[in-house]
Amino acid sequence: MNRAVDLVIIGGGSAGLSAAKSAYENGLKDILIIERSSELGGILNQCIHNGFGLHKFKEELTGPEYAYKYISFIKENNIPYLLDTLVYSISPKNKEITYSNSEEGYTTLKYKALIFAAGCNERTQGQIMTPGERPNGVFTAGLAQRYLNIDGYLVGKNVYILGSGDIGLIMARRMKLEGANVIGVSEIMPYSNGLNRNIVQCLNDFNIPLRLHNTVTKIHGKNQLEGITISDVDDDLNPIKGSEEFIKCDTLLLSIGLYPFNAMLKNSGAKVNLETKGAYVDQNLETSLDSIFSCGNVLHVHDLVDYVSLESEIAGKNAAKLVLEGRKIYDKVILTSHNENMSYLLPNEIKVYDSVENILFSFRVKKPISKAEILFKDENGNIIEKFNKVDLLPSEMVQLNVSDLPLNDINSLKVEVRAL
Amino acid sequence: MSLNKNKDVFDCLIIGGGVIGCSIARYLSRFNINAILLEKHSDVCEEVSSANSAIVHSGYDPKPGTLKAKFNVLGNKMMEQVCKDLDVPYIKNGSLTIGFNGDDKKTILELIERAKINGVKARFIEKDELHNMEPNLNEECLCALYAEDSAIVSPFELTIAFMENAMDNGVKLSLDSEVINIERDIDNGLYHVYTNKDEFIAKSLVNATGLYSDKILSLIEKPSYKINPRKGEYILLDHFNANFVKHTLFMCPTKVGKGVLVSPTTSYNYIIGPSNELTDIEDTSTDFETLNEIKEVASKLIKNIPYGEVIRTFAGTRPNPDTDDFIIEESKENPLFFNVGGIMSPGLASSPAIGEYVSNLIKEKLNLSENLDYNPIRRKVFKLTSLGKDKYNELIKKDPTYGHIICRCEKVSEGEIIDSIHRNCGARTIKGVKKRLRAGFGKCQGCFCQEEVLKILARELNVDINQIRYKDEGSEILKYPSKGE
Repeated sequence: MNRAVDLVIIGGGSAGLSAAKSAYENGLKDILIIERSSELGGILNQCIHNGFGLHKFKEELTGPEYAYKYISFIKENNIPYLLDTLVYSISPKNKEITYSNSEEGYTTLKYKALIFAAGCNERTQGQIMTPGERPNGVFTAGLAQRYLNIDGYLVGKNVYILGSGDIGLIMARRMKLEGANVIGVSEIMPYSNGLNRNIVQCLNDFNIPLRLHNTVTKIHGKNQLEGITISDVDDDLNPIKGSEEFIKCDTLLLSIGLYPFNAMLKNSGAKVNLETKGAYVDQNLETSLDSIFSCGNVLHVHDLVDYVSLESEIAGKNAAKLVLEGRKIYDKVILTSHNENMSYLLPNEIKVYDSVENILFSFRVKKPISKAEILFKDENGNIIEKFNKVDLLPSEMVQLNVSDLPLNDINSLKVEVRAL
Repeated sequence: MSLNKNKDVFDCLIIGGGVIGCSIARYLSRFNINAILLEKHSDVCEEVSSANSAIVHSGYDPKPGTLKAKFNVLGNKMMEQVCKDLDVPYIKNGSLTIGFNGDDKKTILELIERAKINGVKARFIEKDELHNMEPNLNEECLCALYAEDSAIVSPFELTIAFMENAMDNGVKLSLDSEVINIERDIDNGLYHVYTNKDEFIAKSLVNATGLYSDKILSLIEKPSYKINPRKGEYILLDHFNANFVKHTLFMCPTKVGKGVLVSPTTSYNYIIGPSNELTDIEDTSTDFETLNEIKEVASKLIKNIPYGEVIRTFAGTRPNPDTDDFIIEESKENPLFFNVGGIMSPGLASSPAIGEYVSNLIKEKLNLSENLDYNPIRRKVFKLTSLGKDKYNELIKKDPTYGHIICRCEKVSEGEIIDSIHRNCGARTIKGVKKRLRAGFGKCQGCFCQEEVLKILARELNVDINQIRYKDEGSEILKYPSKGE
């Protein structure tokens, strides 16, 4: 079967839904959202805790409530979507994708613009090469969350958590409330990787200890997890001999980071940002592939869904403009770079048009910085814009909406974060 | 404890559902025979057969005249057709045994002589040709032995397919059946085999228990050999680039050891390893130091292995016998008790030949007739990834569940999972589905699809979702209902 749409959005989670809403509000009506699972909403559906929407809606929502704001918009406006449908491939040359589902079979779809919003994956035990056996009982925090919040089952009652990522912290509290014994959390870095509010509300309030500079060095049990060995690590993050401690547990939850599920776009020939592992994008969030945009956690991992929505609105708006108004000629391309205190910076390039609107910059710092200045410099090192920020943390992405940069006068842009 | 007494007297009872036991079962099913295989785990292919290098060795390496040499060469010749008949992934990718200096070159020339005696094709390759064949090799790789008949196979699918085909042809399978005692009735010569819950009676026994073969043998006589398990740790990379390495790369053996191999797998993942350490029989753990050593040694073959693509590390244990050769023989004290022990590398390559040989022995001893209904062909496994668009759509039209993809990393559909459950020797566990179809084998290691696979298993097996296990009894995934339930 062959079909065609103006805009196809791959992913029906927070990014895809926000992008769809924005594209629709910007006048594009022929949209198709393709979602792999059996519901719209993505991971929000299993995030039954609150804390979502404070920035975007100025109210505190649960994950499903946040998702419902968008899902109801999609349904009210009859924006088409496919569920239980997997996209196999993107062919940028022919502006086609292939997907399959039970109703249509293996199908080719033509698009004018595409937004890639496929989300991220959790890192696994295999990826960090945690030594030991491979029994049942070792779960990524997100999978255990799904089993608990969607299916109504605990995967164990004596729980240890590796990594202080937010899902792990949220699950520490959640399992504790369900009567599980949450023994502790180990974080290999000397600082937490989760949001501060989650450390306080999920660990401190429940007396769950957080061990920094500590990691799991052995998994015990052949069929079912019987325990773990944890060890302190040195400054190079190598385990310190003699610091081992055995902990009896039936569950090890991993909250050791997320990474963009960007393989399909990469395989389609899109340039990859080696720092984020997501796509290389311009300020409109268009990738190196013609008319293909990327946003949300598949572009770079966010810590707040509100920021996913804000970013995805940019992709949706610009995809709509591209389809409705055609491609505009730009004068030049300015490449961006960052200094050693930052782990990445988006966008990777800025296309300079007659009229340039606000540009959304996103980055993370590598180490906590309590008082910082953020400098925007041209190719000669001249400061063209400056911000001051406090309490920058690696776990909290910074987004800056910057207007009135003198883009016509510069040829490259470097963003620097400096501790004051 | 009262045992379920099986009324049947089996012609043959095979203990052990590894690749050897399952191969023997399959070749035995060529005859009119009432046979059963007992496996202590909840699935076949759970120990030695499931964690190895997955190589069909060409056969140049074993010492001429040994059983290893004989069965390796025979098995290698049989494997391609076996995999065709059983629809098992097999790629004849050839191997390169790589030398780094003059001493290695000498060894390689000796190995080529040995290959001649074993009847195996082997050719000396100079540096230029070598680097043309494998552009990612380390510059220091100097020369190689090229064995074009070396191949790779999916060890899970081969073992499972052997058992499924055996069952299609009438052999029975009893899982979760750990043998705890064996007695021979002196009056009629029948063997009584006791598991934790059953008693079986059989005219002949095959001991194909891998790591435990000396222990199983000791239930009935003093073993003439001892198994000293050795552990091999591996690193597995994702299928990030189908051309990264094409051949199986071995290192030329030296006095220090055999080095490690780097090889593609049949799914275009890359396997790096193994280490080689004496170990406890139950120990399949990996450790930091060994994995780092493997990385260091492998860098001699390929400089920039992208370890960011690692999806799993694992270890397998090998039934290393103190005799240094395979043990394939009938017991002298206990007639019709066949020991097939010490089958470590090149055991996988040898498996069809050993299965054929042992089943022929049993046929002669028991005077079995040919099974005229024997069908060596296993019903095809529909793999979406290998079907063309039109065939795929035909399939979805017939059965829409094939259009619903469950495992997005490896592109495995609901239809494939349902089929894998309902076949003979079907999947019962999360790991069972993983071994048969690769669902959960990819980069996300099941974080996304495990829950969906679990629900399909429960539905198809008609049990509650909290009954579904990861592998053996005790590994139920959904342990406790939440307060809200």
